[in-house]
Amino acid sequence: MIFALKLIFKNAFRHKTRTLLTISSVVIALVAFGLLRTVVSAWYAGVAASSATRLVTRNSISLTFPLPLAYKDKIKQVKGVTVVSWGSWFGGIYINEKNFFANFAVDPGSYLKLYPEYVITPEQKTAFLNDRRGAVAGIKLAQRFGWKTGDLVTLKGTIYPVDLDFVIRAIYKGRDKNTDESQFFFNWDYLNESIKKVSPGRADQAGFFIEGISDPLLAPSISAEIDSLFKNSLAETITETEKSFQLSFISMTEALLMVIQLVSFVIIAIIMAVAANTMSMTVRERIGEYAVLKTLGFGSFRIAGLIAGESMVIVMTGCALGIALTYPAAHAFRDQLGDYFPVFNVDGRLFIFYAAASALVGLVAAIFPAWRAIRTPIAEGLRRIG
Amino acid sequence: MESKEPIVQIRDLSKSYRRGSQQIKVLEDISFEIAEGEFLALMGPSGSGKTTLLNLIAGIDKSDKGGIVVGGVQITSLSENELARWRALNVGFIFQFYNLIPVLTAIENVELPLLLTGLSKSERTEHAMAVLDLVGLSDRTEHYPGQLSGGQQQRVAIARAIVTDPVILVADEPTGDLDRVSAQEVLSMMENLNTQLGKTVIMVTHDPRAASTAHIVRTLEKGILT
Ligand SMILES: Nc1ncnc2c1ncn2[C@@H]1O[C@H](COP(=O)(O)OP(=O)(O)O)[C@@H](O)[C@H]1O
Ligand SMILES: [Mg+2]
Repeated sequence: MIFALKLIFKNAFRHKTRTLLTISSVVIALVAFGLLRTVVSAWYAGVAASSATRLVTRNSISLTFPLPLAYKDKIKQVKGVTVVSWGSWFGGIYINEKNFFANFAVDPGSYLKLYPEYVITPEQKTAFLNDRRGAVAGIKLAQRFGWKTGDLVTLKGTIYPVDLDFVIRAIYKGRDKNTDESQFFFNWDYLNESIKKVSPGRADQAGFFIEGISDPLLAPSISAEIDSLFKNSLAETITETEKSFQLSFISMTEALLMVIQLVSFVIIAIIMAVAANTMSMTVRERIGEYAVLKTLGFGSFRIAGLIAGESMVIVMTGCALGIALTYPAAHAFRDQLGDYFPVFNVDGRLFIFYAAASALVGLVAAIFPAWRAIRTPIAEGLRRIG
Repeated sequence: MESKEPIVQIRDLSKSYRRGSQQIKVLEDISFEIAEGEFLALMGPSGSGKTTLLNLIAGIDKSDKGGIVVGGVQITSLSENELARWRALNVGFIFQFYNLIPVLTAIENVELPLLLTGLSKSERTEHAMAVLDLVGLSDRTEHYPGQLSGGQQQRVAIARAIVTDPVILVADEPTGDLDRVSAQEVLSMMENLNTQLGKTVIMVTHDPRAASTAHIVRTLEKGILT
């Protein structure tokens, strides 16, 4: 057994360049696969983090159409609704467009009540609630721009014709692993008053309402009741759970995600082809040697074992290196593109898939070459030497 | 010697190869016997079927017709697996191009056939050392084939062929790739195996000097043995 393993390892590294190239392609493919899968789950992270006890109400035409602020009082009357908050997407630019991040105006008190996953110290919370120009930034965002509490930040308006100056009053941390730590939000009243000065017609309008509900099971009936309140009004509403609200964002890119998923599996097929090609070349070159082993009395089982073992050694070495390199690769990826993926965590379960896929690739790559080595008559194999 | 049962008995052996639609007859109704302890040289022009006949006797090729009995076993009726096991125990092979495994050291190459026996690691090493000593290579055990001369490689191959103590030794042009001095060494080694250890040796060659080492010379021409 030890002897056989020694032979397998020596054989695997006989053609160093070829073996290293094969291992590299396995490594690159697995890491690419891992990054693509991580991108897909990063995309869904907002959905995973969404709460079942929050509903979102928006204009039935589209998210870009606002709703009268007065709706909040009617919504509050609905049975089962515990808290109502509201907000508007501000879409402001910090210095230049490359510094993209999500920023919106919210009703501070109700909003923080609805989002306990944004963890803020009591002092900072008080400071934020007491400053009309106060803003809250997620810790990742603050680190990205080196913000501290007390810093002044100006956002240029894009949707609204106003530039707003803020004082960072609080920096929140995520309570859960998939909490987005790169949000920026501020006092809705501040935005509203600024708009009033330049375009009064657009004031007192909310982009969306968020409702806290007492029981997730009541979500469908509460949603229906809220929407019925505004039926046949100038601005009809759609109310849905936060989860389906998040999913409606994703569905726009569903086709893209499908393509990524597909590509990730094509990658596995490609390494299978690469490994199979390496093993066929190897076995073709050594057909004489296998004939010698058969002459000495080695049976089909042992010959197949040597070939499958060699294939496994090569692919599994690639798998181990792939596992080792996925974290550094994900870090580099996050450093470059983390702004677009606030939550970008490598799922450890990915490596179970690496191992399973590699084992399958190693085995499949060996089938045809092993079959060929076994089926070639000894006399014919021996004639290939010399 | 006459009283002994022949170690190899061949009856009406025929073999042909198909090349496309053409049927090429290589051996035609060959019958002969080899006595135990014999040293036989098989000569003949290139392409006359010497290798084919040797392979059939050694159980690494299948005949179309006829019977081969080696050491009392009708090898023509064995299955592929039975034949493999039979070869491991009964036949030692020496090839023109040595056919050592390049990634294994001399001693590992010699150990190779012993993996199919029930011997322990230390017993295998002991046996391999003993035969390497016999061929005069006890100081080259850790060398790889690429680090040995042709003559030395062929001596390792001889050690590998005899390590399982087989009944017959088959050699296909064992000196064909060697210089005169090395060839002479290999031939005298094979002669010693025959005279001192009593091994039956069947050697294909077209070198008359090699053939002169043997006790009996048979010639194959156009598929017919004379
Ligand atoms: N696998 C094969 N397929 C077709 N023809 C073969 C094959 N093996 C041997 N032959 C033919 O059989 C004949 C005898 O070959 P061989 O036994 O190798 O001769 P020798 O060893 O005397 O040179 C040659 O004509 C050779 O071309
Ligand atoms: Mg020949």
